[in-house]
Amino acid sequence: MSAINLNRRHLLAAGAASAGLLAAPSILRAASEINLYSSRHYDTDETFYTNFTKLTGIGINRIEAKAEELIERMKAEGANSPADVFITVDAGNIERANVDGLLQPVTSDTLTKAIPAHLRHPDGSWFGFSKRARVIIVAKDRMKPEDVPTYESLADEKVKGKLLIRSSGNIYNQSLMGSIIAADGAEQAEAWARGIVANMARAPKGGDTDQIKAVAAGEGDVAVANSYYLGRLIVSDNAEDREIASKVQIVFPNQNGRGTHVNISGGGVARHAKNVEGAVKFLEYLVSDEAQMLFASGNVEYPVVEGVKLPAPLDTFGNFKEDTLDAQKYAALNAEAVQIMDRAGWK
Amino acid sequence: MTASTGTTPHRRAGGSFSGWVRKARPNGVVAGTVVLALLVLLPIGAVVASLFSSSGGSIGHLATTLLPELLLNTLGLIVFVGLGTAIVGTATAWLVSACRFPGSRMLQWLLLLPLAMPAYIIGYAYTDFLLFAGPLQTALRDMTGWTRDDYWFPEVHSLWGVSLMLVLVLYPYVYFLARNAFLEQSRGLLDVARTLGRGPWRVFFTVALPMARPAIAAGLALALMEALADFGTVQYFGVQTFTTAIYRTWFGMGDRVGAAQLASALLMFVFLLVTLEQWSRSRQAFHDTSRRQTKPMPVRLRGWRAALAIIACTLPVLLGFVLPVLILFRLHLDGGDELLGPRFLSYASNSFLLAGTSAVLITACAVLTGYCLRSRSVVAGPLVRLATLGYAIPGTVVAVGVLIPLGVFDNWLDAQMQSRFGLSTGLLFSGTMLALLYAYLVRFLAVANGAIETGFKRIPPHIDDVARTLGRTRRQVITQVHLPLLNRSMLMSAAIVFVDVLKELPATLIVRPFNFDTLAVRVYQLASDERLEQAATGSLVIVAIALVPIILLTRVADSSARAEPGLQP
Repeated sequence: MSAINLNRRHLLAAGAASAGLLAAPSILRAASEINLYSSRHYDTDETFYTNFTKLTGIGINRIEAKAEELIERMKAEGANSPADVFITVDAGNIERANVDGLLQPVTSDTLTKAIPAHLRHPDGSWFGFSKRARVIIVAKDRMKPEDVPTYESLADEKVKGKLLIRSSGNIYNQSLMGSIIAADGAEQAEAWARGIVANMARAPKGGDTDQIKAVAAGEGDVAVANSYYLGRLIVSDNAEDREIASKVQIVFPNQNGRGTHVNISGGGVARHAKNVEGAVKFLEYLVSDEAQMLFASGNVEYPVVEGVKLPAPLDTFGNFKEDTLDAQKYAALNAEAVQIMDRAGWK
Repeated sequence: MTASTGTTPHRRAGGSFSGWVRKARPNGVVAGTVVLALLVLLPIGAVVASLFSSSGGSIGHLATTLLPELLLNTLGLIVFVGLGTAIVGTATAWLVSACRFPGSRMLQWLLLLPLAMPAYIIGYAYTDFLLFAGPLQTALRDMTGWTRDDYWFPEVHSLWGVSLMLVLVLYPYVYFLARNAFLEQSRGLLDVARTLGRGPWRVFFTVALPMARPAIAAGLALALMEALADFGTVQYFGVQTFTTAIYRTWFGMGDRVGAAQLASALLMFVFLLVTLEQWSRSRQAFHDTSRRQTKPMPVRLRGWRAALAIIACTLPVLLGFVLPVLILFRLHLDGGDELLGPRFLSYASNSFLLAGTSAVLITACAVLTGYCLRSRSVVAGPLVRLATLGYAIPGTVVAVGVLIPLGVFDNWLDAQMQSRFGLSTGLLFSGTMLALLYAYLVRFLAVANGAIETGFKRIPPHIDDVARTLGRTRRQVITQVHLPLLNRSMLMSAAIVFVDVLKELPATLIVRPFNFDTLAVRVYQLASDERLEQAATGSLVIVAIALVPIILLTRVADSSARAEPGLQP
């Protein structure tokens, strides 16, 4: 009997000890650290983090997940949330976090000087650190860039059965739709969405890379994708990828009008951040020449800071005129964009 | 075999003091189970509770736009996946347990392999392979010179495609429960049926199948719930279902209440389905009392019959495991993960730690829930039933549901400690491994309970009575009689929970602590970044690790099947 009791006591002790280990409380964290909630998930970003730590002595803890889910987590954690910095890969979600009261405005001359006004929140609640242009990709042998000079032209009759674009569930399409609502009005935007649906070569599926591959393979003649997906294929180690890239051509839409729609990878300081100073330092590091260069060379995104020399393959794409619509504006139109796409039957 | 009406143990507990003491102990079990069930229900409740706040009105929008399509798709998914898993799972289980043909012994465990394949990974593998720009169609066009409009090719990105993917990875749930049921059926009974002039087909349909029905239904329920909760695969295939609508409403339109309404509707629907199934067989209960004669006497198949059986049993393995693994391997060779090496070891050990801990924990909990269902506890029984429905709720919803009460509790505790002792506890549970284990418990209790409950069903109730007559307390009945008899079911439950946790994605992604990556997280990050070649490496490692418990499980199952499966002392 005593043996059994002993065992049970041992078990309890072991259980308590392991529970303690498992529930390592967040209060144990060192002051010279910042906690990052990020929906970026590119291996090349690791250079940011290690370089930042080397430079400042501030360590970085990370949780990477979808922005929507990280927002829910921050909401649930409330005032005790350990997050210092929140980073997204699009404007829609960073603005949603802001509307939900999860970010705090910060003032930093470094940030406001480096980042053009339309790529950051007017209050300093969030900032864009890299740009991703939503471009048109055409099959070199079957279509000329002049055939589809604008987003609007993708809804033209002559594109019927040739267009490849992914699902309306995708945030990049939602943001693009938001920018079209802002430019052309909701009514025109809905007509445009119907035109897009009518022109689809097939029901939307896959990611942006799939659309580019499908153009190269001949499933359609024209696609919509973010610029860096093409960039990656161009610099890929895989010969098949490079061959796909060689069969298509990039078109920056609306060059004679408002310019090409750009989305941003944005970041801001969390509302309940414990290390605001470290958080701001990190954001400031992201606009340094070194970090801006890393955005371009790592994931082939466009730097937001003027005058950063573009590495290959971005330099071959050439300069383009971008739509300077406030990222905050099209982000705020997200819900309306989704509803319009639903009504238009854009899956 | 006896048809039992199920005796409630409580009925006989006397009013005397000793009777009260005896009764108090198993009531501890009941009380524990009630707490457990409430804990599991809490996150689901947290989400459903937001029903009562004001809605963003997106349901109205949904009703006028997507609703017909997503209802149709969801129903289609239920019908296709239901029929598919039931037919494939039951047929293969019957063939390998009742018949002998070349390779049948090996196929017994080979048929479990697709369990190791996460649905989203098989989806990536097949679509990449079968797409217009994929290797197969490209080769076809290169060979024939055809262009897009010259030929027809089945569309993988469709309801059919996604249903097929789900059948391929979910049929093992039906298979393993059905096979166990078939193996433990009294051969004597089947022989009696044969002697009375029934042909093998009629024996199967009139005796074996009805007796295995509870097991098949349990497996089917698991498969269907997992299909309903699936987001990654249906989203990737562009098929809009209830689950994608929940995501769209919540994240696309920022309407949590609308999402909660949809989730509740889904839950109601599953509840209805499960209740219907249980009601339809409420008058049946089969308890095998003749285990002593259950030496398996399989039918030997020859000629074309054997060939058909081989084809029927190898096809699911080929399509659900071998082919996708080959495709993944090809992708891996094309690109592969640059981090393969020490980093992978830490991903793998994190995955292993989580999967192992949850397997033990959740199985232990399932023994409690299973016992309460067996003893038809009035309070705990219905609660457990309700708690196991959470499996049909999309993982993200469960995960957020876990975050909410933990956050509330942590912040409440912190406020209390600050005001009383001037001490901040911060977030005690949120963002810890414990929170993660909790999320897994909520998600996978149903799976473990399914395995354990069917195990309990095979223990005749009179054994409890005999043990009680011999002076054992109820608790002793559990530890000395039930647990040894449940050995196999517990192993099965542990193995399946292990594999499920290994594959689990949404909850792991959101609930995990800082700097804590698992294999599934790694695969998600690469795949969501459209780097399928790199993601293939991690996928292969997941599959390889998942094989370990599956092989272990079949080893144990085989050895105990070969031995006398009667009641050992």
